[in-house]
Amino acid sequence: MTALFYGQALSSALMLGTAQYPSPEILRDAVLAARPGVLTVSLRRESAGERAGQAFWSLVHELGVPVLPNTAGCHTVKEAVTTAHMAREVFGTDWIKLEVIGEADTLQPDVFGLVEAARILNEEGFKVFPYTTEDLVVAERLLAAGCEVLMPWGAPIGSGKGLNNLFGLRAMRAHFPSVPLVVDAGIGVPSHAAQALELGYDAVLINTAVAKAGDPVRMAQAFGLAVQAGMLARMADPMEARDMAAPSTPVAGKAFLG
Amino acid sequence: MKITVNDEAQDVSATTLAGLIDELGYAGARIATALNGQFVPKTERERAALAAGARVEIVAPMQGG
Repeated sequence: MTALFYGQALSSALMLGTAQYPSPEILRDAVLAARPGVLTVSLRRESAGERAGQAFWSLVHELGVPVLPNTAGCHTVKEAVTTAHMAREVFGTDWIKLEVIGEADTLQPDVFGLVEAARILNEEGFKVFPYTTEDLVVAERLLAAGCEVLMPWGAPIGSGKGLNNLFGLRAMRAHFPSVPLVVDAGIGVPSHAAQALELGYDAVLINTAVAKAGDPVRMAQAFGLAVQAGMLARMADPMEARDMAAPSTPVAGKAFLG
Repeated sequence: MKITVNDEAQDVSATTLAGLIDELGYAGARIATALNGQFVPKTERERAALAAGARVEIVAPMQGG
């Protein structure tokens, strides 16, 4: 079991996005292979003729994994807050992954708008999962605004670069020892996910790395295993790194063969 | 009455948001609505009157990261 996210433990520290898979069947098989604790979902305009959203919802509902709706694509506080309200009604959850995007090239959060939107939504009873940076001052403001979870980026969304700022992520973990922290965005391969958990992060959120792999189902399984390995390693208390070698084979009793 | 629905011009006879949802064939669908940029909960669609030029948004579940 994981840390508590707004009082709720998850069955896995893997949060998996549902976008960009080659087909709904591959998405379903990837979810079954990864066994994530949460699936992220979104909202888009629905055409009465196609009803694509209804079919997608049926698939997610059948999988039985808790959902975390996002406000992806929102660039203003008003858009994000309105989207959160719509998501709460459509998905029947007060969890919201709050994204207020500030910059088109890096998709980095507009942290000023993020704090403002988080305050509004927390006051309205939402349980906000803010997509933020590793900036400690912003993190303090988000907590003061009522957030009980923080989701710093590892690297820009969809970049697959991994944990770009290890120092910053370590500092964040050390500074907020009791706040559930999730690395959201930028993870490219399973070792990045394991590394985040070994650093003491409580979960990772991944989408593109699975959906855009050559074999998404196999990659989903790999991420599921990496997250399990990372969690076990974290619980096992990793050794301290050191600069000089230390022999692992005992020296005492070695035969003198000189 | 001419309004826009999801940014497309429509000529509709409904006078409320609830009526519009029925008229456009969304009845029973898992959707959320906004009128002129403001969220309108399902329970308030009956009371949400449409005027000419109204901007309606109708959204549904979608894949997301």
